[in-house]
Amino acid sequence: MLALRAVGKSFLGVRVLDGVDLDVAPGEVHAVVGENGAGKSTLMKIISGGYAPDEGSVVFAGETRTFRGPREARRAGIGIIHQEFTLLPDRTVAENVYLGHEPVRRGLVDRREMLARTSALLASMGAGPMPVDAPVGRLGIAQRQVVEIAKALALDARLLIMDEPTAALADHEVELLYALVRRLRDQGIGLLYVSHRLAEVFDLSERITVLKDGRRVTTVRTAQTTTDELVRHMVGRDLSGYYPGRAAPADVGPVLLTVRGGGNRKLHDVDLRLRAGEVVGVGGLQGSGRSALARALFGVAPFTTGQVDLDGKPVRVVSPRAAMRAGIAYVSEDRKGEGIVARQSVLDNALLAGRAIGGSWSGRSARTARMRDLLGAVDVRSAGVDQEIRFLSGGNQQKVVLARWLALGPRVMLFDEPTRGIDVGATSAIHDVVRRLARDGAAVLMISSDLPELLGMSDRIVVMREGRIAGELPAGASEADVVALAVGAVT
Amino acid sequence: MSAQSLLAARRPVPGVYLALVLTVAIGWLVVMLRGGALFNQATMVSLLHVAAGLGLVAVGQTLVILGGSLDLSVAYVVSLSTLVAAETMNGSDTALVPGVLLALAVSAGIGLLNGLLIARFRINAFIATLGVGLLLKGYLDSNYDGPAGATSPSLVQSLGYQRIGPVPVSFLLLLVAAVAAGLALNRTRFGHHLLAVGGDAEVARLSGVRNQRVLVTAHVLCSLCAGLAGVYLAARLGSGAPRVGTEGIYDLESIAAVVIGGTALAGGRGGVAGTVGGVLLLASIDAIFNQLEVDSFAKQVVRGVIIIAAVAVYARRTIRKGRS
Ligand SMILES: Nc1ncnc2c1ncn2[C@@H]1O[C@H](COP(=O)(O)OP(=O)(O)OP(=O)(O)O)[C@@H](O)[C@H]1O
Ligand SMILES: [Mg+2]
Repeated sequence: MLALRAVGKSFLGVRVLDGVDLDVAPGEVHAVVGENGAGKSTLMKIISGGYAPDEGSVVFAGETRTFRGPREARRAGIGIIHQEFTLLPDRTVAENVYLGHEPVRRGLVDRREMLARTSALLASMGAGPMPVDAPVGRLGIAQRQVVEIAKALALDARLLIMDEPTAALADHEVELLYALVRRLRDQGIGLLYVSHRLAEVFDLSERITVLKDGRRVTTVRTAQTTTDELVRHMVGRDLSGYYPGRAAPADVGPVLLTVRGGGNRKLHDVDLRLRAGEVVGVGGLQGSGRSALARALFGVAPFTTGQVDLDGKPVRVVSPRAAMRAGIAYVSEDRKGEGIVARQSVLDNALLAGRAIGGSWSGRSARTARMRDLLGAVDVRSAGVDQEIRFLSGGNQQKVVLARWLALGPRVMLFDEPTRGIDVGATSAIHDVVRRLARDGAAVLMISSDLPELLGMSDRIVVMREGRIAGELPAGASEADVVALAVGAVT
Repeated sequence: MSAQSLLAARRPVPGVYLALVLTVAIGWLVVMLRGGALFNQATMVSLLHVAAGLGLVAVGQTLVILGGSLDLSVAYVVSLSTLVAAETMNGSDTALVPGVLLALAVSAGIGLLNGLLIARFRINAFIATLGVGLLLKGYLDSNYDGPAGATSPSLVQSLGYQRIGPVPVSFLLLLVAAVAAGLALNRTRFGHHLLAVGGDAEVARLSGVRNQRVLVTAHVLCSLCAGLAGVYLAARLGSGAPRVGTEGIYDLESIAAVVIGGTALAGGRGGVAGTVGGVLLLASIDAIFNQLEVDSFAKQVVRGVIIIAAVAVYARRTIRKGRS
C-alpha cells in the first residue's frame, strides 16, 4: 500500500536521507530501527507530509503522491504519532482528536457529533473509558498516548506511523499498546513502527528495516534475524549485550547523602542513603513518586519535612542552585521541557550549568575547549557545536545534557530515565558513563521504567509506591520482585 | 441577562468579574462617603460609552492574541476609520451605508496586510503591526490637522447617542460583537484552529491546520473590529478625528483589557468573556476616579497595579495547574 523509492532529503546542505526504499503491506507491521540521528523521524515526516522529499517518490495506494502538507496526507489516510507529543493540553480530548478536521453542521462545529465520534473511536480501539470533554492536560501519560493514536486514526487512516510510541510509557502500559497495535493490524491497517526497544520490534513486527546515517542498510524478515545481527547492522560493530560490572563491596565508600523522614506534597516518610561508588536504582509505577524524589533531592520541589544530610552535615537544598553548589546534579526525564534550551547551540546548552555557577570554569576558551572534548567523549553527533540543539535527534540532545552535568564533576548524580528514547549504542555508552561516575566516587541514583536496565545497572534497588519507599532489593533481584513491591502485592 | 452568561458558554466565569464587582463596590462606597453617587444615569451612560469604544477594539485584539499574535496598529486604524466614514458620508444620510462599508473595507485591508506580513513573511507581530501603525500615522499626520468630514446625522442619532434605558446602542453593538466572537471561537472550525495555532503552532501545522490562513483571518477580523470602533467614534464625535485612536491609547488599553480578562499573552488560552470583563473594569475605574475628581496620576497608578496584579494571579494559577 505504501512504497518509497529512492527518497532523499537534506537540511541546510547536510544529507539526512539518501536513496531510501521502503514498502508496507496492508495488515503488516513494518519496524524501522537505527541509531539516534539515523533519519527515522525525518523519513516518517516525509511519508506523512510534514516535510517534502528533495528527491524520490512516495507511492500510496497505487498513486504517486506529493503531499503538500500534513493535511493532505491525513486526508489521504496516513496517520502519524510523532515522537514528541502533539496534543494541546488546554484543549479537550475531542478537540484534540479532531483538530484540523472538526465535524461541522450548518457552518458550526458539531460538538455533540465530535464527542460521540471520539467516544466511538476510543471504544473501537478497545481503550478504557475516558473523559472526552476534559482537557488533555488532566490525563496521564498513557492516556495521552491513547489520545494520540485516536487522533492519528480519526480520519480512517489506512497507514499508521508510530514514532517511538512507547518511549514515555511504563511497562504495563506498553502491554496495552501492544494489544492495540495487533488489533489495528488485524483490521488491515498497515503500520510503520519506529522504536529503540528491540524486544518490542521482535514482538510486533513482520519485517524490519535498518537505517544508518540516512541510508537503508537492509530489510529483513523478523523471523529470520536476531538481536545481535540487528545491532551489528545498526551500529556497524558488535556490542556486548552486557551491562558494565557492578560495584564490588570494597568499592562502596561511605554514606554521602542521607534523607530522614523526607516529605512534601507528593512524598511521605522517605528514608534513603546514597553511598559513594554505588548505583542505586529506583523502581515503581508512573506516579509513584520516583521523579518527585529526584526533584526533591535537586531542590526543584524540595522536601518540606524531614532532614537531608550531605557528608554527615545537614544541608538545606531549597533550589536547584543550592543543590548544584552542594555537588548534586540531575538529568530530568522531560528533555524537551526541562533539559534543553531549544534555540541555543549545542555548546551553549552544554555550558549552561557551568556558566550558571561559575566557579572553577575560569577562562572562556579553556572551558569551551574542555566542553568540546567532553561532547566528543560522549559521542554527540551534530553538524557542529554551534548548531541549534533543536535540530539534533533526541538521543543526541540527551548526550548534550549529560555532558553538561558531567562537566561539573558532581558528587551525587540523579538520573531520571536517562536512556529513554536512546539507541542501543548510545544506551550502552550512557550505562558506561553512569558506572564510571560511580567508580570515580560519586553516589548515583537512577530512575528507570526499563526493568532489565534497572536490574542490570543497580547495586541496590529502591522501589516506590504512592509516594513512599515500599521496600529495598539487593542486586540480583528479579523483575517479579520489583513489580510485586511496586504494585503492593502481598508475597 | 448578563454578558457573562451569554459568553461564558462552557468555560468557567473568569475571575475578572469578581474583581469588577469588588472594584465597583469599593468605588461606590468611597464615592458615597464623599457625598456623591456613582450610579446615576449620567455616569452609567458615560461608563458604557467608554466601554463600547474600547470593547470593540479589545474583542478584536482578543482574537489575534489567542492566535499567538498581537496588533499594535489598532489605534491608527480607529482614527483612519473615523475619517474614511465621516468624509465619505459628508453630512448626508444617503451616503451612510457606503461610508460605513468603505471604512470597514479599508480597515479589513489593513488587517490583511498585517496578517500577510506576519503569517506569510514571518515578520514578528510586534514589529509588523508597529510598522504598519507608523505608516498609517505618517499618512494621518501629513494629511490632517484636525477634524474632517461630517458623519451622517442619523448615524449620530442612532449609534452615537440613542439608548435603551441607561444602555447605549453602541454598548449593545459591543455585546453583539462579543457574542459573535465567542461563537466563532467556540463553535467554528476557525476558532478551534486559532486556539490551536496559539497553543502550539507546530502541533497545529502537523495536525493539518492551515496556520497562515487562520492567522490572516484573525488579523482581518481584528482590524474590522477596530474599524467598527472608528465608525462608532465618528458617530459620537460627528466628524472624523485623526488622533482619536492614539489619544484613547486604544492599542495598549485593548491589550491590557485582554490580559486582565485572563487571556494568555502567549496565546492559546482565554476568551472574549474575560475581555469584556476587563473592559468594564477599566471603564469603571475611569468612572470612579472621574467622580472623585482626583488627579489622573492616582488613576494611572491604580490601573497599573490592577494590570500587574491580574497577570500575577493568572501566572500563579497556571503554575499550579502545570504542577498538578
Ligand atoms: N529541521 C531540521 N533542520 C536541520 N537538521 C535536522 C532537522 N530535523 C532533523 N535534522 C537532522 O537530521 C538527522 C536525522 O534526524 P532524525 O530526527 O530523523 O533522527 P532519528 O533517527 O529519528 O533519531 P532519534 O532516534 O534520536 O529519534 C539528525 O542529524 C538531525 O540533526
Ligand atoms: Mg526520531
